[in-house]
Amino acid sequence: MSTRRVVVTGTGAVSSLGLTGDEFWDGLLEGRCGVKKIQAFEPTGFPCELAGEVADYKIRNHVPKTHRKATKLMSRDIELSVIAAGDAVKNSGLVTKATDPENATITATRTAISFGAGLISCEIEEIAASVEKAVTDGEFDIRKWGMNGLQSLTPLWLLKYLPNMLPCHIGIIHDIQGPSNTITCGEVASHIAIAEAVEMITRDDADVAFAGGGEAKVNPVVMMRQCLHHRAVTGSNDSPEQACRPFDTNASGSVFGEAAGMLILEELEFAKSRNATIAAEIVGTASSNSLNTDYAHLEPDGKGLQIAIRKALNEANVRPDQIDLIVPAGTGIVADDKAEGAALKAVFDSALESISVWPIKSMVSHTGAAAGAIDLIAAVRAIEHQKIGPAANFTSPAAGCELNIATEAANKEINYALCCGYSFGGQTAAIVIKKYEENA
Amino acid sequence: MDHRVVITGMGVVCPLGHDVPTMWDGLMTGKSGVATTTLFDASTFPTQFDAEVKDYDISSFVKNPDLHQHSNRGSLFVLGACVQACKQAGIDIETDTPADNIDRTRLGIYLGAGEGSADNNAFFSSIISGWNAGKQTMDWSKWTQKALETMDTMRELEQEPNMPAGHLALLTGARGITRSCLTACAASTQAIGEAAMIVRHGKADVMIAGGAHSMIHPLGLTGFNRLTALSTRNDSPTTASRPFSATRDGFVLGEGGAVVILETLESAKKRNAPILAELIGFGSSNDAFRVTDMHEEARGAASAMRTALKDANVTTGDIDYISTHGTSTIENDSIETLAIKTVFGDRAKSVPVSSPKSQFGHLIGATGCTELITCIKAIEENTLPMTMNLNDPDPQLDLDYIPNEPRKTEVNIVMSESFGFGGQNNVLIIRRFETE
Repeated sequence: MSTRRVVVTGTGAVSSLGLTGDEFWDGLLEGRCGVKKIQAFEPTGFPCELAGEVADYKIRNHVPKTHRKATKLMSRDIELSVIAAGDAVKNSGLVTKATDPENATITATRTAISFGAGLISCEIEEIAASVEKAVTDGEFDIRKWGMNGLQSLTPLWLLKYLPNMLPCHIGIIHDIQGPSNTITCGEVASHIAIAEAVEMITRDDADVAFAGGGEAKVNPVVMMRQCLHHRAVTGSNDSPEQACRPFDTNASGSVFGEAAGMLILEELEFAKSRNATIAAEIVGTASSNSLNTDYAHLEPDGKGLQIAIRKALNEANVRPDQIDLIVPAGTGIVADDKAEGAALKAVFDSALESISVWPIKSMVSHTGAAAGAIDLIAAVRAIEHQKIGPAANFTSPAAGCELNIATEAANKEINYALCCGYSFGGQTAAIVIKKYEENA
Repeated sequence: MDHRVVITGMGVVCPLGHDVPTMWDGLMTGKSGVATTTLFDASTFPTQFDAEVKDYDISSFVKNPDLHQHSNRGSLFVLGACVQACKQAGIDIETDTPADNIDRTRLGIYLGAGEGSADNNAFFSSIISGWNAGKQTMDWSKWTQKALETMDTMRELEQEPNMPAGHLALLTGARGITRSCLTACAASTQAIGEAAMIVRHGKADVMIAGGAHSMIHPLGLTGFNRLTALSTRNDSPTTASRPFSATRDGFVLGEGGAVVILETLESAKKRNAPILAELIGFGSSNDAFRVTDMHEEARGAASAMRTALKDANVTTGDIDYISTHGTSTIENDSIETLAIKTVFGDRAKSVPVSSPKSQFGHLIGATGCTELITCIKAIEENTLPMTMNLNDPDPQLDLDYIPNEPRKTEVNIVMSESFGFGGQNNVLIIRRFETE
């Protein structure tokens, strides 16, 4: 098969820890928690009133002048993703149409984008003003909607909510004319999108690929779904920062939130030719399925996750005991943490004693389609700095979750790292990255 | 080593029928899947018709229909299509210990799948309950109270666009690479193309690839009507989808599910699976132009076509037929014609092209796979589907659009095109299977 190697040369992240990858990384190292009471709407009555939300920003300041008008067509999912893409480009040192159109260092047709997106729910207050015109005796009246309600919605309403509009805007801003895909596999969407971006480069359809994911989950419909599925933590509304406790004996659910993460991937020779700083190499990817009629959870033995991890290790050509760091799904959902623990034990066995496991959702919340991208960015930066941060809120392991989880930031020799995840809906995924070495 | 990728099974549930022979018969005999909307009351919408899958019963395909009480329509359709395709390809979905000689960890899934309809009762009643019209603000505690009363856990879950793939995994036991993408109207063509790359490069032996989508629901129709993308020919639904006509006024919203089985040639031979065609080329590009419009010079579309030709190692002279995206919108049909002219040059007018959307409408995320199946049939039957309703050709559009009647001719190599909102361009090339 191809010998084209794929390296990470830039990372950008927008999260509840800040608007940049640097703030994200610094926050993680400090064990800072971005979870707070929901600001986007008044969550009174929600079983879980908490979320990891991104602080205020002005989207106009994050796009080139030529794209300012198009910001009207951006849902929050699009905005966060566009900001993360800009941050990643800056971090990579690439020059694109957005930064300097005359001196771009990427060739548009040899640049790809593969991005994970969620099921974007429309803004409730926006549509409510139209629904108001379609009510008879307190009930929705579809005939009135067809006549009056519909007409009052902005004409391009649908385009704010199509998942492929995340990479579409990014593609226009940075001039990406190669393959563009949008993966919609829930909470492994960005793991899978990154895997496909790697393939686009190895099969020689691109030299550079933007890879990541973004989702703004802090919408009442989306947050209510997580409550109904009993995935969101309850009983912690008064202690937001301690609410999400992956693998901890006092865990009782996850906290959901918003983020976007982008990695710049390059073919090794392309990266070298422009003297790029190489942060890590991607050496193995895989996905599989849980075969479980309870789509909301992993199988109890995490079988589908085991398969994905084994296949990714196999593709990377590494033994389980060569892995130094795992950034797991670690959601804080009791049954799923236990199943993930079972999967990790099945694959890594006694090697787990020396592998650091670093769940980050206690700090940044569960960000859905963005989760894989920001997990992988944490792993990439851990390799760059040979350092990991604390797993906030972890004190003692839940039964079945006896993992080597750090409670304080520490220096750590990391040659190989693994990220893994599973979706609400059944898909599982794993990615193996490696500290870059010239002669690997 | 690259593997040859062959197609060993196919299945479809679309407005022209619930299996491939019925769809093909409908295409050959000039049937239309378009009629007045029945799934909800659209009588006051700008568009009051669509192309619905009618009289579909999931229990005629799956043993445990109870699992699918709340599944979205796309999921239901693609389950039926997958059962058909697996049966044809000899993939055993009847037992827990399948005897089909396929390693389940090397059997994957790749769908271009859409979201399910909102649960309209819960969605609208919560909004109405919470909305303060006087202040134009939402009283969230009232919204929340109503939402907690009306939102149903499973109905919400089944709206997720990855659920169709989840259902197919349970149906087939697939544990290999599984992905779901949603690149608007190009989604299932992209899914099939990327799945073919996975098979070609040895990351799976068999991929179940296809599409699933229904946007025939109040908010879906609303979205497209606001974009003025749909035909509003309410007085004549069956002639509304008229690609390449001077009087075309938009596409007709359809729905469906479709699956093809992609497999390495080695695996197909080992299993004695029927080989329906070989998938030889894939091209994918992005316009990177505008959120709302295709590139005026068909930059992205032409690039995807050229990439697919190069990938397939064939020339424009080898292409016997192009299954167009042909939506019946003013913009698509003009730009697509320009793209074909740009890539095919002098040969453009001698390549027959058509749009089966004239008969079954636009199945959005499911459309690309459904159309690829019509291409496989075209090769099998040496017959090209027509462009129906093409009675007043657009003088600006001067290709051979196969108007109003199917055409008998030798068909060996076929190109199938899908383009989507956001500048998504995806092109596949298949050929009649030959051993060498």
